[in-house]
Amino acid sequence: MLRLIVSRLAGGVAVLAAVATITFLLLHAAPGGPFSRERRLQPAVQRNIEDRYHLHDPLWQQYGRYMSGLAKGDLGHSMKRPETVGAIIKRHFPYSLTLGLMAIGFAAVFGTLLGVLAAARKNTWVDYTAMSVALIGISIPSLVLGPIAIRYLALELGWVPAARADGVVGYLAPAAVLGLIYAGTIARLARASMIETLGADYIRTARAKGVSERGVVWRHGLRLGLLPVVSYLGPATAGLISGSFVVEKIFQIPGLGFYFVDSVTSRDYPVLTGLLVFYVGFLVLFNLLVDLAYGWIDPRIRHSERAA
Amino acid sequence: MSAPRSLGREAWRRLRKNRMAFACLIGFAVIALACFVGPVVCGWFGLDATTLDLELLAAPPSTAHPLGTDNLGRDLLVRVLVGGRIAIVVGLTATAVALVIGVAWGAIAGYAGGRVDAVMMRVVDVMYGFPTIVFVVVIRAVFDTHSLVSLFALIGAVSWLTMARIVRGQVLSLRQREFIEAARAIGASPARIVLYHVIPNTLGTVVVYATVLIPQAMLTETFLSFIGLGVQAPLAPWGTLVTEGSTQVAVSPWVLAGPGLAMGLTIFALNFLGDGLRDAIDPQTR
Repeated sequence: MLRLIVSRLAGGVAVLAAVATITFLLLHAAPGGPFSRERRLQPAVQRNIEDRYHLHDPLWQQYGRYMSGLAKGDLGHSMKRPETVGAIIKRHFPYSLTLGLMAIGFAAVFGTLLGVLAAARKNTWVDYTAMSVALIGISIPSLVLGPIAIRYLALELGWVPAARADGVVGYLAPAAVLGLIYAGTIARLARASMIETLGADYIRTARAKGVSERGVVWRHGLRLGLLPVVSYLGPATAGLISGSFVVEKIFQIPGLGFYFVDSVTSRDYPVLTGLLVFYVGFLVLFNLLVDLAYGWIDPRIRHSERAA
Repeated sequence: MSAPRSLGREAWRRLRKNRMAFACLIGFAVIALACFVGPVVCGWFGLDATTLDLELLAAPPSTAHPLGTDNLGRDLLVRVLVGGRIAIVVGLTATAVALVIGVAWGAIAGYAGGRVDAVMMRVVDVMYGFPTIVFVVVIRAVFDTHSLVSLFALIGAVSWLTMARIVRGQVLSLRQREFIEAARAIGASPARIVLYHVIPNTLGTVVVYATVLIPQAMLTETFLSFIGLGVQAPLAPWGTLVTEGSTQVAVSPWVLAGPGLAMGLTIFALNFLGDGLRDAIDPQTR
C-alpha cells in the first residue's frame, strides 16, 4: 500500500513538472506578452518593466528560475495584480472547492440512487423513468439550466439566493446544476455495473442463504457495483473544473474560475501557469484517493497488490 | 442470409424495433434538415437572421416571429436554425478528427501490444486525469486564433481519449482471431492488417461512440463561446445564442428558450440514438 502511494506520488510530480514545462514553453512561444498593449510605452520604460520580470534573460534561465521556485512551493507573483499566485489561490480556492465537492457529492449520491434503482427494477417503468431522467440530465448544458434555475428557483420562488453563495443553502442550486450532467453519467454506469453484479454467483449465494432483496441490492451488490462509479470520479473531477467556470460565473461565486479566464485573456503568465499546476496537482491527489478507495472497496484488488 | 451484409442488416432491424431510438434518429434528421433548409424557407416569408426589426426589440414569440426576437430585433427562429448549421458542422467535424486520432491510436496500441501498447495507453491515462479543455482555452487565447478550422481541430484533438480506449479493447480481442492469423500467415504487412482487417471490424463500436461524441463537441463549443473564445461574429452557433440568452433570462427568457431547447433536444436525441445503436449492434449489453 505504501509502495503504491509513493510510486503514484512520484508519477504525480513528474506529471506536474511536465504540465509546468509545457505551459511555460507554450506561453513563451506565443506572440505578444503581458506588457504589450495598444498604447506604446517609452521604450526605456517598457524595457524596465520587462527587466523587472526577467523577461530578457535567456529562456533556460527563466525556466530554471520558475522551476526552482516551483520546487519550493512558490508559484510566483502575478504580473497584473499586486499579489502572489499563492495568495489568489488561498483566497478563492475554498469557494471552488466547496462548489466542486458539493457537486460531486450530489452527482455520486443522486446518480447511484438512480442507477441502482434502475438496475434493481430492470426493464420496468422504474428503469425507463430513471434512465430518461439521467439522459435528460446529460443533455441540458449548465449554461441553459443555470439561468433557468436562477429565474425560477431564485427570482420567482425565492427558495435559494440568486447569487453570492453564503452557507450551504447558497451552494445548493449551483452544485445541483454543475453536478447534474455527472449524475446522469454515474447513473448509467451504476446501472450497467449493477446489472452485471446482480447476476454474479455470490449474489445468488446470498439469495440462496435467504438475504432479503434489499440486503442483496444495497449491501452485497452495491459494494462491487460501485467500482466503475468510483473510478469515474477521477475523470469527472477533471471535467468539473471547466464546468465550474461556467457555473461560478452564472451564480457569481468568487471562485478561481474568474482568475483562470482572466489570466488567459490578460496574458498574466505566472497566474495562468500557477493555476494550471495547482489544478493538476489537486487532480493527482484526488486520483490517488480514488485508487486507494478502490482497494478499500474491493478486497481482491488490495490482495493482488500486496502479492505484487 | 448473405454473409457480409447480415450483421449490419440485423443491427438495423433491431434499431427499427427500438421505437424510442428510431424516433430519435428521425428527430435528429428532422432537426438537421430544418437547420440546413429552414433558413431558405423562412426567407420566402421575409424572415432572415440579420434584419433588425426595430419595432420589436426583445419581443416575446408572436406570429411574425415564432420564437421571438433578440435585443437587436433579430428573428430568433432563423438565428436558431442558422446557428444549428454551424453547431452541427462543428459537432461532426470535431468528431471526425477525434475519430481518426482515436481509432488510429487505439488500433496501433492494441495491435502492437507489449511496450508500445503500455506507453501509448499510459499517455491516454495521464491525459484522462487532466483538464484537457483548459488546454484548448490556453491555445486558443494565446495564439489568438478564432478560425473555425482550428476550433474543429482543437475540440477533436482533446476528445479522442475514450475512443482510443474502446478501440484498443476491441483490437486486443480481434488480434487473437483466426482471420487475423490467416492474414499474417499469407504475409500481409502489419499496416495492411490493421487498416483492412482490424479497423473495419471495430467500426460498429466506433459508430456508437461517435454518436455520443457529437453532443460533447457541441457542449465544448458552448463552453468556449461562453468564455469568449468561440466562433467570432457574425457566425453565431448555438453556443453563442445560448450565451446571449443566459444573460437575459430574467427579462426575456425566450432568448434562451429557443436555442436552449433546440440544443437540448439535439443532444438528447443523439445520446438516446447512441444507446439504441449500442443495443442494436451488441445486444448482449442490454
